[in-house]
Amino acid sequence: MTTVQATPPPPPAHPPLRGWRLASRTLGEVLVTLGCVLMLFVVYQLWWTNVEADHAAAAATQQLQQQWERAGRGDPINGPEYPANLRRGDPFALMYIPRLGQRWREPVIQGVSLDDLAKGVGHYPDSAMPGEIGNFAVAGHRATNGEPFAYLDGLKAGDLVVVETRTTFYTYRMDDWYIVPPTQVEVIDPVPNQPDAQPKQALITLTTCNPRWASYERLIAHGVLIDTRPKSDGPPPALKQGA
Amino acid sequence: MYGWLWRHVPGPPAVRVVILLAVVAAVVVLLFGWVFPWLEPRLPFTDVTVDQP
Repeated sequence: MTTVQATPPPPPAHPPLRGWRLASRTLGEVLVTLGCVLMLFVVYQLWWTNVEADHAAAAATQQLQQQWERAGRGDPINGPEYPANLRRGDPFALMYIPRLGQRWREPVIQGVSLDDLAKGVGHYPDSAMPGEIGNFAVAGHRATNGEPFAYLDGLKAGDLVVVETRTTFYTYRMDDWYIVPPTQVEVIDPVPNQPDAQPKQALITLTTCNPRWASYERLIAHGVLIDTRPKSDGPPPALKQGA
Repeated sequence: MYGWLWRHVPGPPAVRVVILLAVVAAVVVLLFGWVFPWLEPRLPFTDVTVDQP
């Protein structure tokens, strides 16, 4: 006697998940996805912002050098050092810090917004201009976005910083750096840390964040102008190889 | 979530892989081009200026 046996349907290859199994699977997938996004953000911060900033700094440097060349057609030395109508985001000088590398050169951008600092180092717009009596104050990133001041803690007393404008090389001799809280705005006063004093010297101040990978303090370095040299005399000794 | 996505993308497996890789690439571009630049100033890693609190 034969019986017709109903063959059971084959189980589906992927039985659909239900209830808490589906919920916990989905939660796990969401968490793994967030982890991947966080890793991508680290890649963005540590690599991509530097790629973009190096590109922007090179473009700003080229823009400035072309501007100098055009302005120099009429008169190579005299005339304005920078355009009278300098706007936020415009490059107007080049900075050299041999201690940070013989090839270290950054455009100085008017303004200290994140957009300005993504193109080079930024000039506090209310502070003095290079070479002026008062305090030429400049901020730069210590980490990410080109990180021009990454190794500013390697600066030593006596190191030279050179600022090049269209007409002039200014050389500053730096003092030892020190750490302040982020609210200590007096460091960029015309006479640093003496809000009411009348400036008599031409100073430079560099500010960046400290520690390098956080930003609850600021690293500050001051310097004093020791040499003003027209560009017709060639670059100052500090910029010559091995100086 | 990813199983659901896989089942709802049309085509044979090879085509699905290509489509999903393109989706991943588009998401990365969106993150690097818009989301991360928006997020960055809201995180305390990029403050280098002295400022009033």
